[in-house]
Amino acid sequence: MSGTFSYSSITKKIWMSLFGLFLMTFLVVHLGINLLLLFDPSRELFNIAAHFMGTNPAIQIFQWVLFGGFIVHIILGVILQIQNWMARPKGYKISGTSEDSIFSRYMIYTGIIIFIFLVIHLGNFFVLKMQGAVPEFHHEGAGHMEDMGLLVVNLFKSTGYVIFYVVLLLIMGFHLDHAFQSAFQSLGLSHLKYTPFIKGFGHFFAIVITAGYIIIPLVIHFT
Amino acid sequence: MDLKLKIWRQQGPGTKGKFVEYPVKNISADASFLEMMDILNEELVAKGEEPVAFDHDCREGICGMCSLYINGNPHGPDSAITTCQLHMRKFKDGETVVIEPWRAKPFPVIKDLMVDRSAFDDIIQAGGYVSINTGGVPDANDIPIKKENADLAMDAASCIGCGACVAACKNASAMLFVSAKVSQFALLPQGKIEAKRRVESMVAVMDDIGFGNCTNTYACEAVCPKEISVTNIARMNREFFVAKVS
Amino acid sequence: MAKLDSKVPKGPIAEKWTNYKAHQNLVNPANKRKVDVIVVGTGLVGGAAAASLGELGFNVKVFCIQDSPRRAHSIAAQGGINAAKNYPNDGDSVYRLFYDTVKGGDYRAREANVYRLAEVSNNIIDQCVAQGVPFAREYGGLLDNRSFGGALVSRTFYARGQTGQQLLLGAYSALSKEIKKGSVELFTRREVLDIVKIDGKARGIIVRNLVTGELERHGAHAVLLGTGGYGNVFFLSTNAMTSNGGAAWRAYKRGAYFANPSFVQIHPTCIPVHGAYQSKLTLMSESLRNDGRIWVPKKKEDAQKIQKGELKPTEIAEEDRDYYLERRYPAFGNLVPRDVASRAAKERCDAGHGVGNTGLAVYLDFEDAIKRLGRNVIEARYGNLFQMYEKIVDENPYGTPMMIYPAIHYTMGGTWVDYELQSTIPGLFVGGEANFSDHGANRLGASALMQGLSDGYFVLPYTMQNYLADQITVPHFKTDGTEFEQTEKEVQARIDKLFAVKGDETVDSFHRRLGHIMWDNVGMARNKEGLEKAIKEIQELRKEFWQRVKVPGEKTGMNVELEKALRVADFLEQGELMALDALTRNESSGGHFRLEYQTEEGEALRDDKNFTHVSAWEYMGDDEPAKLHKEPLVYENIEVKQRNYKTA
Repeated sequence: MSGTFSYSSITKKIWMSLFGLFLMTFLVVHLGINLLLLFDPSRELFNIAAHFMGTNPAIQIFQWVLFGGFIVHIILGVILQIQNWMARPKGYKISGTSEDSIFSRYMIYTGIIIFIFLVIHLGNFFVLKMQGAVPEFHHEGAGHMEDMGLLVVNLFKSTGYVIFYVVLLLIMGFHLDHAFQSAFQSLGLSHLKYTPFIKGFGHFFAIVITAGYIIIPLVIHFT
Repeated sequence: MDLKLKIWRQQGPGTKGKFVEYPVKNISADASFLEMMDILNEELVAKGEEPVAFDHDCREGICGMCSLYINGNPHGPDSAITTCQLHMRKFKDGETVVIEPWRAKPFPVIKDLMVDRSAFDDIIQAGGYVSINTGGVPDANDIPIKKENADLAMDAASCIGCGACVAACKNASAMLFVSAKVSQFALLPQGKIEAKRRVESMVAVMDDIGFGNCTNTYACEAVCPKEISVTNIARMNREFFVAKVS
Repeated sequence: MAKLDSKVPKGPIAEKWTNYKAHQNLVNPANKRKVDVIVVGTGLVGGAAAASLGELGFNVKVFCIQDSPRRAHSIAAQGGINAAKNYPNDGDSVYRLFYDTVKGGDYRAREANVYRLAEVSNNIIDQCVAQGVPFAREYGGLLDNRSFGGALVSRTFYARGQTGQQLLLGAYSALSKEIKKGSVELFTRREVLDIVKIDGKARGIIVRNLVTGELERHGAHAVLLGTGGYGNVFFLSTNAMTSNGGAAWRAYKRGAYFANPSFVQIHPTCIPVHGAYQSKLTLMSESLRNDGRIWVPKKKEDAQKIQKGELKPTEIAEEDRDYYLERRYPAFGNLVPRDVASRAAKERCDAGHGVGNTGLAVYLDFEDAIKRLGRNVIEARYGNLFQMYEKIVDENPYGTPMMIYPAIHYTMGGTWVDYELQSTIPGLFVGGEANFSDHGANRLGASALMQGLSDGYFVLPYTMQNYLADQITVPHFKTDGTEFEQTEKEVQARIDKLFAVKGDETVDSFHRRLGHIMWDNVGMARNKEGLEKAIKEIQELRKEFWQRVKVPGEKTGMNVELEKALRVADFLEQGELMALDALTRNESSGGHFRLEYQTEEGEALRDDKNFTHVSAWEYMGDDEPAKLHKEPLVYENIEVKQRNYKTA
């Protein structure tokens, strides 16, 4: 396979982990903005933030970097996985379960599910926004802007969507749980003293991010 | 104890294989797993059937020749040992034991449970050495080495090249094996001189042969009979990164 | 009687090797590529020699029986490797290492060879460190040494309990480098079935490809055997399953003399046999005797109850225990040499005091050591060994004494070689355990690794070159000549004959029966009647083997039973020569103990007047008795003394 894709396995892994970590920072920023909906039920803060993210030129450029990051992470993940399947053409009758974490077995599947969610997610917000189909929001200082918050709140009124959203976020949590410490390992950042902390923090990070995202639809739905 | 064995039988590299059931009776709990296989084979020979081919040699857990994927575990259900040191007391009377060969594209089956692991030799030949000839070397105590580093190098160097890491890895990755050798030399001043060349060419050969990629599941470490740590993989990643950017 | 020429160079012992090297013949670099060398075996000798000869520029073909050169049985050596570095400043020197080795060998080794061994021992350590062998170090960053049996200094370098593995992997790495370079060609899963001679010189080998079953011919200007010992004649030993003296035995049948076949080392601390199905004995490091106390029950009734499982060792009162080594050898106690400790264990078990369900075991007890030093100290020293014992025996040695019993471990005898390690077949060189040269009648701990690497890295690359210097005009050998064809035919005939028997008894069964004969009569304690009986029984068993052995499967393709049958056929001949050698050596020395020749206290009694010689046996035909040649051993630099372990 190295003939068809000339980067070595470790090079691919290094890029995989760098983009993975980059996507995690995006998750943090995104969560921060989403949480504004809880702190400010008037949706004012959320809409200002969304407006800023949608209009600031720097962010606009960065958006493409982010998009590229997703694509590279996904393509690399798929290539790595195909190579991995090819490395064992005949499987075992009884396959082993010696892995450190069960989530590490299923990264490609959780990854694909996250990708599908991403497409739906973009469809829900990004496309509507592009079509100009988002209701308007009046803000005293900044004037008119799109009421992205209302879109979110409306979506979260649907029980089916909330369940879908929560389940997918949990899957993303599983992906993150393995991903965090794995990225450090791929980058060669391993140390007798610090690796246990990184592993612990990875679990903590996965739980906090997932819980943060999940709590929003639940609160909105039940209030 | 009595056991029901389900053993992978395959005549040769190109042929199709299948599982064949063999009952074995009155096996002592003190017998080793390979002795149980010997008993089976002696029975098969006495019946005029062909014995089951499997690799083994030193039978004391150091040569790395024995393999066997037993009930989903390379080297069987016990930890930190090879199959030759596995004893039948780890099994229950009446248990069904499924025995498979190592499965990986770079480890083709030669016969029955025997696989070709020469891919490991190819990787070592790509750079698993210090390029010095016999003679003309400095005195052994000319270069002091930190005890901690010497100990870590020894940890890595204790790899027996059995291939359990590849067998256990869901990706059939050889990263633990390769990184153990790269680490041993990365930790010693003698190995530092050609560190860049070594890691680049060993990884290139590893990829070329068709081993899978490491996805940090650490199954390799869990099954390694010598308990070689995955920190060696991180060290190799680091060595590789430094080699590529320097 | 033909005189054996040991070709020991003249001059003072300390200058012999230097002089040899200064005056030997060399091959010019451009000519080395014209010369082919076959190396059989990839252990310390074969791996190191093949790598070194490849570095020099010779065309090397190297053969191993396993799937990789990294698995040769040198890998299993635990303790360490001796060298006369004198790093601890405790008075070691080349002479002292030489002296200890000759004395440890009970004065039955050739002085000049042993001196050279001691001389190059230091180069080995330098070489291995430069290769990246991770020897144990002290906090200051320098190499650590430990002490071993038979020496008053600390001169043993070690890498945990895996010294053999690390040294072998060092040689393997050097070999891998040369394979990559193209100077060495590697052949795995091959077994040598014969040596090809052309005009009296060794010019090639016939090997069986163990995967395809095909016979292959390989030619060369010289052949080196680094094929290890023949301990598996005994069926049960600490050797690996494929360890066999086959290649050396074939060389013997082609005219290479076989020296001191009866000199076999029996290691006192092995895990006892636990059942008839047992395939292999596991060694526990000799270092355990530093802190463990060896005992058996004083009363036979207690021993019998223990054998039946009615009594536990911990229930036997202190005064009912017989610490027989401490009783018999007050000065050395539990630390007497291997041969002495082994015989004493056998003596107690034969007298009915043995323990374990077979009655063939003695206790190695750490209770006192744990009381004195604490469990932590014992765990730090022997933790891995205790763990290994528990995995195998399923008993916790911290709570109940270990059981040990002697087992066949090493063969000091082997192909007779001269100072150049060349056999009586010109062009056939033999190194390491496969030859007889350095350990006399008993090998000291940590000396086998030293010999293997000394021969492989520092001796054979010189001496083989001396031989090859006048071979540069000889063209590469074609393997379609009559000699190759004839030898291959003979090998094929042997295989056909085995298949033709179509008998009803498995190869393993014959091997086990041979093992019993050997262990009972040619083992730790031998006598005339037993040896004569053994010779007769082996002859009968051999006859039976060729009438009743069952070899299933096909001639082509992989056939493990055929491989074993070929080896056992050789063992059945070799066992007889071992017994014959033991019978003709009317003395006790080192590992060879004749019950008729012992002191009043039951110690080995040498006969220096009549037996200070190497017994080299010449093959005279299958139905003729082997012919004995004697190489007198001359001690000019060492005073020959009786060993004494009762007083310091």
